[in-house]
Amino acid sequence: MKHQITDNETALVVAFEGDVDLASSPEARKVLLDCLGRKRPVFVDLSRVKYIDSSGVAALVEALQTARKGGARFGLVAVSDATLRVLQLARLDRVFAIHTTLADALAAAD
Amino acid sequence: MSDGQLLAEDRFPAEASSLALIRERVRKAADTCGFAPAPREDLVLAVDEACQNVIRHAYGGRGGDLVLTIRRQEDTIVVFLRDYAKPVDPATIRPRDLGDLRPGGLGTHFINEVMDEVTFLPPPGGRGNLLRLAKRIE
Repeated sequence: MKHQITDNETALVVAFEGDVDLASSPEARKVLLDCLGRKRPVFVDLSRVKYIDSSGVAALVEALQTARKGGARFGLVAVSDATLRVLQLARLDRVFAIHTTLADALAAAD
Repeated sequence: MSDGQLLAEDRFPAEASSLALIRERVRKAADTCGFAPAPREDLVLAVDEACQNVIRHAYGGRGGDLVLTIRRQEDTIVVFLRDYAKPVDPATIRPRDLGDLRPGGLGTHFINEVMDEVTFLPPPGGRGNLLRLAKRIE
């Protein structure tokens, strides 16, 4: 799994690429929590995630809960088909704010 | 356990680093059976989650062997996972209530959603656990 953080002034965008599984989800978790610690809106680009499992979803859920506790904005952008399927299986596709593009994410009201 | 066409039989260390290879084995076997991409990926997810349960819970993260066997039995793909850890009581394995937003506990839910049959079988020799996962080819 690779990740890239882009500082877009309005928000931090974290893009993950590859497989977010038991081996790589600890890194994903750390990256997300570190970004949230910077007290900026955080959006996660999952368009290049080829595989994600329950441990990857758990990292996203923990990030969402951390964001909510801190009153920070957090959402998903451009989820891959694989990611959307797993979120649907977990009944979490309505829990996360899922935006098609970053512009949509930034424009949307909380 | 020996019915049907053998598609794969491999022993893996029960570690996170084995999962990518296990997923590829399952993908190949599913392709051989003619699975469409979406149900194939569901199958890969379910087997991966079952392996995670072995890694994290059966072996408690201490490692051990995991034997993956994949067979085709007519219109069904059957995946066996064998470990040599302390026998798990199937009654204690429950999927999580999804209404409760918590970070963990999703794996068993995914397995039950995706697979048509999920069964703990008596392990040969009485040691460890033998999980049978079956899914109709779609």
